[in-house]
Amino acid sequence: MRDIFTEIWESIRRNKLRTALTGFAVSWGIFMLIVLLGAGNGLMNSFMRGSEGFATNSVEVGGGWTSMPYDGLKAGRRIRLDEGDITITAGELFDQNVDEVTASVSTSATVSLKDKSFSASIEGCFPTIQDMEKIEVRYGRFINQADIKGLRKVVVMPESAAENLLKRGTGTETLIGQYINVGNLAYKVVGITKSDRMRGNNQLYAPFTTVKTVYGKGEEVGTISFTTKGLTTEKANEAFEKQYKSAINLRHRASPDDERAIWVWNRAHQDVQMNQGRNILQTALWIIGIFTLLGGIVGVSNIMLITVKERTHEFGIRKAIGATPWDITKLILAESVSITAFFGYLGMLLGMLTCTLLDKTLGQSTITVMDEQIAMLVNPGVGLDVALEATLVLIVAGTLAGFFPARRAFQVRPIEALRAE
Amino acid sequence: MLIELRDVNKTYNNGQPLHVLKGINLSIDKGEFVSIMGASGSGKSTLLNILGILDNYDTGEYYIDGRLIKGLSEKQAAAYRNSMIGFIFQSFNLIGFKTAVENVELPLFYQGVSRQKRHQMAMQYLDRLGLADWASHYPNEMSGGQKQRVAIARALITNPKIILADEPTGALDSKTSEEVMQLLGQLNREEGVTIIVVTHESGVANCTDKIVHIKDGIIGRIEDNRLHKASVFGTSTIMK
Repeated sequence: MRDIFTEIWESIRRNKLRTALTGFAVSWGIFMLIVLLGAGNGLMNSFMRGSEGFATNSVEVGGGWTSMPYDGLKAGRRIRLDEGDITITAGELFDQNVDEVTASVSTSATVSLKDKSFSASIEGCFPTIQDMEKIEVRYGRFINQADIKGLRKVVVMPESAAENLLKRGTGTETLIGQYINVGNLAYKVVGITKSDRMRGNNQLYAPFTTVKTVYGKGEEVGTISFTTKGLTTEKANEAFEKQYKSAINLRHRASPDDERAIWVWNRAHQDVQMNQGRNILQTALWIIGIFTLLGGIVGVSNIMLITVKERTHEFGIRKAIGATPWDITKLILAESVSITAFFGYLGMLLGMLTCTLLDKTLGQSTITVMDEQIAMLVNPGVGLDVALEATLVLIVAGTLAGFFPARRAFQVRPIEALRAE
Repeated sequence: MLIELRDVNKTYNNGQPLHVLKGINLSIDKGEFVSIMGASGSGKSTLLNILGILDNYDTGEYYIDGRLIKGLSEKQAAAYRNSMIGFIFQSFNLIGFKTAVENVELPLFYQGVSRQKRHQMAMQYLDRLGLADWASHYPNEMSGGQKQRVAIARALITNPKIILADEPTGALDSKTSEEVMQLLGQLNREEGVTIIVVTHESGVANCTDKIVHIKDGIIGRIEDNRLHKASVFGTSTIMK
């Protein structure tokens, strides 16, 4: 081993500039690969953080329009969920897969305080929704069981909505305990929640029973939400959805196969899609990175070819005194892999350093989207697995780069090599 | 017989077929000091390449020490060259970025001899050729004669059956040429090394014990030259 490295070192030493220039191309390729993947990871982490608000096993269901005739009824009929659907969802039929069930009903109204007003949607909900949707209360409290039982006229609103009712610079906590007008009625503000761009800014929470009674919703339910359990695979999720849809559809005299009679939004799918998106992004970045690296590889291959040509006479001498073709090939391949690996590692280190720098700069800066602060990059950087993969890529690349030059060195006959200058 | 050539033919097919060796029959015994002499184009270099297993021949048979050398793979050929043949070239063919001692070590490196052992052996051989002080010098720091002696040390280090010298004095002045030829003669006499010298200089050929004349791909005269009186010019010195 030491002999081989001595030989490589001797060869590289004689061509410092050439080796450094080509090495730079390899470093650059790997550097780009690492930075791209690191930034991509940061971007994906930032997306993931945005959707952290929901339990990944939550399902939301709402009414839709039928898309096929059934049981003597035409297509295009409006389906509205009602309390019977809640009973079914929470009932024995789906006992295996449904954990907690909550429902909401919504209406829209103008919300005002003194001279300030905005139009909002009022969601009548149960306290359980707080856990399911991970609603974070900033001040005060969320809707509780007593509110439900007493049909109390209380609301909880997000910070962004509260700001609409207040003078600039007034803390949103001052709104707690105040009465605001919702439509024609006065509601007491009992809580302020953290704004969430996924839910919108103008959604107020009120007790389910209050909204239903006040706004005459009767048996009607806006949406049913529930958390699932025991659905670990995509397949299981799909099977469950199919079964669930047909059960609800049949209750409303819609075809069990009708996909549009009710809509089911299963977050498990979204999770899968998110992962797919992540994979696509990562694959795209790998491809870009590898193509950048390819430039470096071609460079290494090129200088190895020149090296082989320059050293043909020397190889002739070596072969004459007993070097086998493989001895010579080994020399070229080892040199190629060494150059690629050394400069590749340099590039990898620089890339990781840059990722750290990105974390310190861009990672700390945020942009404001819909009143919410979003970090552009969250923990950019690559893991050990990527570093190992990149190492593998480098070794394969070095071997590939050395392959054609080495083959030429292998094939040249000693008698011709000795004649070469 | 150490070397036995039987009706060896070689034709180059570069456009116009060129029949270079037209049935060579030659025997060389162990411990002989032979020169192969001929004008350029006579086929002497081709013959040397075949003797050195650097080139192959079309028909005939070539034995070294009773072993048929024919249709070898590159790997086998390399192994035979390494163990049985030592080369001395006109242009020395030392590796420029290696020191004298590293150049001498190289054949042992390809035999897989350990670093320490081969360094020690290389130093011994350099010492025998009076170059111990030059061991860590690079070829471009040495004179032609010194370089050729390093090359001789490299040829000797594997203790080969045959030393093949291709115009060993071609790049040297007459004084150094004589020294090199004397050195080869001395090795032959004192250590019984079989040496074959290819040359076109009669003075060089005159230093050897047997002169094989080759002309147009055929061996002509084989001259017994143990008295070293073959050349009128060669009796006292090598003419340049």
